[in-house]
Amino acid sequence: MKKVFFVVLIAVLTLPAVFAAGQVESAAPEAKTVTVFGAFVDEEARRFEEAIKPFEERTGIKVIYEGSKDFETLISVRVEGGNPPDIAGLPQPGLMMNFASQDKLVPIWSSLEATIDKNYAPVWKDLGSYEGTPYGVFHRVNAKSFVWYPKKAWAKAGYKVPKTWDEMTALMDKMVANGHTPWAVGLEAGGATGWVGTDWIEDIMLRTVGPEVYDKWVANEIPFNAPEIKAAFDILGKIWLNPKYVYGGKNTILTTSFGDAPRPLFDDPPKAWMHRQGNFITGFFPDRIQANLEEEVGVFALPAINPEFGIPVLGGGDQFVVFNDRPEVREFMEFLATWESGELWAKAGGALFPYLNQDLNAYPNEIERSLAEALVNAKVFRFDASDLMPAQVGAGSFWTGIVDWVSGKPLNTVLNNIQKSWPK
Amino acid sequence: MEKGKQLEKRGILTEIFVTIGRIAVSIFVPVVAFFILWAGFIFLRDSNANQGIIALVAIIWGVGGVALLFWVADWVVNRTPVHVAKKLQPFVFVGPALVILTWYLFLPTMRSLYLSFFDAQSKNFIGLTNYIFAFTDSKMLESFTNNLMWIILGTGGSVGFGLIIALLSDRSKFEKVFKSIIFMPMAISFVGAGVIWRFIYAYKPAGEDQIGILNAIVTFFGGNPQAWFTIRPWNNVFLIIILIWLQTGYAMVIISAALKGVPSTIIDAGRIDGASEMRVIRSIIIPYIFSTLVTVSTTIVIISLKIFDIVFTMTNGNYGTEVIASMQYKQMFRFYHYGRGSAIAIVLVIAVIPVMWYNLRQFSKREGF
Repeated sequence: MKKVFFVVLIAVLTLPAVFAAGQVESAAPEAKTVTVFGAFVDEEARRFEEAIKPFEERTGIKVIYEGSKDFETLISVRVEGGNPPDIAGLPQPGLMMNFASQDKLVPIWSSLEATIDKNYAPVWKDLGSYEGTPYGVFHRVNAKSFVWYPKKAWAKAGYKVPKTWDEMTALMDKMVANGHTPWAVGLEAGGATGWVGTDWIEDIMLRTVGPEVYDKWVANEIPFNAPEIKAAFDILGKIWLNPKYVYGGKNTILTTSFGDAPRPLFDDPPKAWMHRQGNFITGFFPDRIQANLEEEVGVFALPAINPEFGIPVLGGGDQFVVFNDRPEVREFMEFLATWESGELWAKAGGALFPYLNQDLNAYPNEIERSLAEALVNAKVFRFDASDLMPAQVGAGSFWTGIVDWVSGKPLNTVLNNIQKSWPK
Repeated sequence: MEKGKQLEKRGILTEIFVTIGRIAVSIFVPVVAFFILWAGFIFLRDSNANQGIIALVAIIWGVGGVALLFWVADWVVNRTPVHVAKKLQPFVFVGPALVILTWYLFLPTMRSLYLSFFDAQSKNFIGLTNYIFAFTDSKMLESFTNNLMWIILGTGGSVGFGLIIALLSDRSKFEKVFKSIIFMPMAISFVGAGVIWRFIYAYKPAGEDQIGILNAIVTFFGGNPQAWFTIRPWNNVFLIIILIWLQTGYAMVIISAALKGVPSTIIDAGRIDGASEMRVIRSIIIPYIFSTLVTVSTTIVIISLKIFDIVFTMTNGNYGTEVIASMQYKQMFRFYHYGRGSAIAIVLVIAVIPVMWYNLRQFSKREGF
């Protein structure tokens, strides 16, 4: 009887092993399907799926896109767990570098590299590279250095688009004299609260010290509490911390979500007259404004401070990287590197593309066309610094530092704390 | 007696045949069970069927699979001699729970402990550096103070209100109605509560319509709207109120049940001796239900220690409201510093252990609530 028991015991104990073995055996890839995981959801995801339809029809390869608002967390969990998607759209170059340094990514192959060299400005290839090896292909990008204003109200009040920072300051004072509040600002963004502020600082840095110092700042070759950065905060503080210049003052800056922030522009009369934000903000405008975007809204590039550096463009974008190397995955990546993959989305609106050979007429309105033009023609383009810095800073102490500074902490303490949090 | 004789008559050949049969069946049954489970697994993994069907199969497969496994294990154990079966039987019940606990709780904890001595990418051993960070970083120190505030105010508030409401409703005609209303927030998740309370604390600049009820009241009486989340250190209290709102119902129900167990004879005796109502509560009821109060308190202390959702959805730890669990999440999933994240997790586990141990000791003393 004991024997029976042991036999059974052994049988029971070996079952999981059989189970596991079977699992490994049958993990063969399914034919002709490419899975893509990214950070954009809802309407944006729908437009992406729309834009890649021509590829699916032409090749018969099925592309399954899955988006998540918790993308940054989930992609790490999935890669860590050995279950990565074929392709992922990473919003932050830091994430790409992280995976690349762990040898999780498939480097860009030579034919695709040639396509990238042909279709993109060199800055995009650099942004997609880690230690000289290219990994990422940029698709939809955004540009952030723009100021939006209610066109009709401006015309009525006789305000003119400022060409320089001084003109802009003069305009702000003129607005205050007229009893108007120049700016609408909102920092709140849930777990990402603060990024609106880091964008402002980055734009001011690019305009005061130029791209080279900017790059050093991003690499922490100049410390975060250096005078250049302090100066940038001081320039921003002159606007933000002056309750006459910002609608609702500090408390409104802190508690208004970035998407709701531009709404006071479209009240009648406007409660605020300018809003600095990226091209994607149009999607957050009230419906009646979106319906007549060209008539209702004007936009200009945030003016230069130091004429030496012109009007630089600050931006960001999702880069697609490969985790699983299969022919159909390669084919889809080649497609993403061409204007064809962006054209339908550009037509649908709400997205800019970096392709040098793009057809600007595809954009549905004058506003997006001018933004795309500004992006392609910018002499200086720099990626959002907070996305390039280590996450401890770029998605941590820099964000919270801005919030602390606005809510009243002394600037020196804030900057010292950020510098201290920089990983050694 | 007759049966025994018959068995003897069967002889050795039958004996062997029966043994082989038993072995065969003992193997056959688990194998069949395994193939049923395996087929279910394959179907769930590869099927492109309608989602409803997949969900249905998953439920049947999951629940049925557990039942099947249990039944097979029980069946196998019952094949063994009685004295062996007796010893094995408890493990059929406890075993799966132990395996699951080991796999999903004990091993991950051990791995966290291991990782907490390594750097961000878990590559280099860096000793106690992560723990030094956990106890010296200014945000971490802020978290410790805040968590202490959560423990004291959150637990005190929930248990205090729970006790008062239980005592009062016990004396009311509408006990069931009151208790149902107070208990209702228990059904809301912490994140859900966060969404609800965002609307209560919402802020709009003076002159606009206040969509937050609190500011609507303040402005109605002529006050200036307040950005509640930015007022240090009171913003912590505003967040703790949400926990109290959620947990008072839980405290109330348990305390109320204990109150029903206080023998009315003792209370009546106290009253006959001339004790006031307050005296009865203080000297008879509270001592009688003390162990229940301890259990409820320790449970809420643990919840306060690992509080995360409320802070994360409401302020994201800004304006001096950071807590330990949210720091852990950020280090782990936003900054990808696995070492620090793990170290903070271990600190949290160590902080919870004494409370847990005390709770369990109380538990075994009384064999349940």
